[in-house]
Amino acid sequence: MFDSLSDRLQDIFAKLRGHGRLSEAQVDAALREVRLALLEADVNFRVVKDFVGRVRERAVGEEVTRSLTPAQQVIKIVHEELIATLGERNEPLVFAPRPPTVVLLAGLQGSGKTTTAAKLARWLVTKHRRPLLVACDLQRPAAVRQLQVLGEQAKVPVFAPEDGSGRGDPVAVALGARAEAERTGRDVLVVDTAGRLAVDAEMMAQAAAIKDAVQPTEVLLVVDAMTGQDAVQTALAFQEGVDVTGVILSKLDGDARGGAALSIRSVTGRPVKFATTGEKLADFDAFHPDRLAGRILGMGDVLTLIERAEETVDRERAEEMERKLRQASFTLEDFLDQLQQVKKMGPLSQVLGMLPGMSQQLRGAEVDDRDIARVEAIIQSMTPRERANPKILNGSRRARIARGSGTTTQQVNALVRQFDEARKMMKQLAGMNPKKLRRMGLRM
Amino acid sequence: MVVAVLVVAAIALVPLVRGRRGADSRPPAVLDREPGVGDDPGSPPAQARPVTEVALPDELGQPGGARTIEADEAEVEEIAPRRRFRERLGRSRSAFSRGLAGLLARGADDESAWEELEEALLAADVGVATTTELIERLRRRAKAGAADLRELLRAELLDAVGSDDRSLDLDLIPAAERPGVVLVVGVNGTGKTTTCGKLALALSEEGKQTVLAAADTFRAAATEQLVLWGERVGAQVVRHQQGADPAAVAFDALASARAKHADVLLVDTAGRLHTKTNLMEELRKVRRVLEREGGPLREVLLVLDATTGQNGLAQAKQFTETVGVTGLVLTKLDGTAKGGIVVAVQRELGIPVKLVGLGEGAHDLAPFDPEAFVDALLAEDASAR
Repeated sequence: MFDSLSDRLQDIFAKLRGHGRLSEAQVDAALREVRLALLEADVNFRVVKDFVGRVRERAVGEEVTRSLTPAQQVIKIVHEELIATLGERNEPLVFAPRPPTVVLLAGLQGSGKTTTAAKLARWLVTKHRRPLLVACDLQRPAAVRQLQVLGEQAKVPVFAPEDGSGRGDPVAVALGARAEAERTGRDVLVVDTAGRLAVDAEMMAQAAAIKDAVQPTEVLLVVDAMTGQDAVQTALAFQEGVDVTGVILSKLDGDARGGAALSIRSVTGRPVKFATTGEKLADFDAFHPDRLAGRILGMGDVLTLIERAEETVDRERAEEMERKLRQASFTLEDFLDQLQQVKKMGPLSQVLGMLPGMSQQLRGAEVDDRDIARVEAIIQSMTPRERANPKILNGSRRARIARGSGTTTQQVNALVRQFDEARKMMKQLAGMNPKKLRRMGLRM
Repeated sequence: MVVAVLVVAAIALVPLVRGRRGADSRPPAVLDREPGVGDDPGSPPAQARPVTEVALPDELGQPGGARTIEADEAEVEEIAPRRRFRERLGRSRSAFSRGLAGLLARGADDESAWEELEEALLAADVGVATTTELIERLRRRAKAGAADLRELLRAELLDAVGSDDRSLDLDLIPAAERPGVVLVVGVNGTGKTTTCGKLALALSEEGKQTVLAAADTFRAAATEQLVLWGERVGAQVVRHQQGADPAAVAFDALASARAKHADVLLVDTAGRLHTKTNLMEELRKVRRVLEREGGPLREVLLVLDATTGQNGLAQAKQFTETVGVTGLVLTKLDGTAKGGIVVAVQRELGIPVKLVGLGEGAHDLAPFDPEAFVDALLAEDASAR
């Protein structure tokens, strides 16, 4: 598989590590890679073209500041330009000045509208709202039933006067829903509609009729994060048909880069407001567009990782760790401690997936939390002296450790070897100042 | 400071992972595992059944030569008339290959014409790697003075889509091997349940008795959806409660289908992202149980949504690795999406498209027609420009 954009750019610029200004030739070489990265992330090819044009304009002649390599400089510009397009921060859901607020969900078949409706309703409950789910998908067999079951799970009432499965009038249901909300004191209506194709004029007219009936505050287009080039056509058609006000990006928990979000934002100007990231009803949250930039470029979601780390990692311990790192007095004991901290941050595969450049390397490699368990067992089978100074590990000690931890001597050897290598790298890092470290972690 | 911790974590973990990948002589620890990271509410922990041998994909589902060919021609006609595909795609077909027309008019050394051609392929989700290679080959042949570029590109694409056997391996099943089992898999929302329903109808119209297994026990009301399809097409549906072990549903459905001397068992499974290890393990178990009880599967169909972009390749790879996909069903091809990712899937993994979904009607499932597909791929949508 392909490397992350930053790796590829590093390769290109490996020989051009000078200062001065970025030349046209340098920029063009870099932009070829940027273009590939964006296309591989499913950004629409026309959007890519415009985007690359804008970056080129900015990058040629740009001064390469002393602290950055040319590659980092280009990435910085690309990243800034991405954020300028996607938006700086989350755009919140708009509520009607006079309740009820009506949120209409629309989208293609299978984009995840019904599930998303329930997730949104549950999210609204956590924000102290009183939502009502409205079942206007009368097309797909058992869609109404699905919403009822999900409503039950989310503890949100469902307005479903029709059984659906091809019968009933969704516009009438939509009309009834407003009255029902007023009657039962519900302040947000979440309206689920049938999936429809961008080219299906009849169904699009029906969506418009539902919209006219409920007068929504928000019309949210549910888009599958795995969508390819077609995202543009879909978004434009729905914008024309029902005047979309925002987007929900669904199924973002897979390994798709989610370039569709950039395409949609570029051609419609509508922001992504929410993202769904799992099969549980709670896997739904406000979307942070700036964080998608790194993902589109294959650079991991460092901000989320940092946020999670801040929540779980003990501050004092981290400071202690930093000091040890600086003095290169890092022992197996610290390594064990480190592992346990990382474990608290979530499943290993998820945590690693968020690190820049890591998701690609991990493809194919099976990461398992049981690997951590094994490493823990090995270290815990060592004496304090051995943990502090692995050099004293001779053959018989290793054999004892293997027996004690239920592993093999080879596995113990491998761990010690890896630890040695890690320590060597840390020594190099220790030479850097915190600013530089920070940049490595934060720039992308 | 936190960053420093992360950097250390990264450094510490990378070798860990790498070390594992380049694993040594350690005996393969592929024990029958509990599903790993417990992050899914709906999947009951897999019981540690002893691993019987898991057959490799190559060993199964390969249609055994001549015996299927004539019969399948007939089947192809019966699922839905062939013209359906062309009819449905006709709307965009009239504008066939403006890019190519431009190329012919302006000559092969016009760079912007080549660019247009490249964009047409990219716009269809064919993917950068495949597009670049196709264009390179075409350029070489154009330089060599080949005559008709339009025909050449069509030929290249047809070649890329492949000419594998696209028929379902469901005809002339010996009585002892009945029912022929078809496992339907894919990520969430691609149209697995709908495909099962439509396929059941097509098979029953061919006179094959079909049983449906509602092994999607996770999604709310997925079973009801399949039951409604079963009523519509007159096929029996074997179901359990929501949250039940899908492998148990498959097991019961197979026993039931066998008792009824049914010809085909269609197993609908829950949508799952290919990145979720525990859910993929659950699917592996479904397959294992079906094979242990009923011998090799006839078909494992991966349902791909035509709107899917480059992630489709990752999906196909992972599902193939887990359950040995034998064919693709490309759904929602009646929209504006071209489904070009299947070109990449065919090229990289050699998995042919067998069926296409062309609409919401019960009859809107058609055999794949490579020529119509390629023509539509190159046609420019009026809405796109």
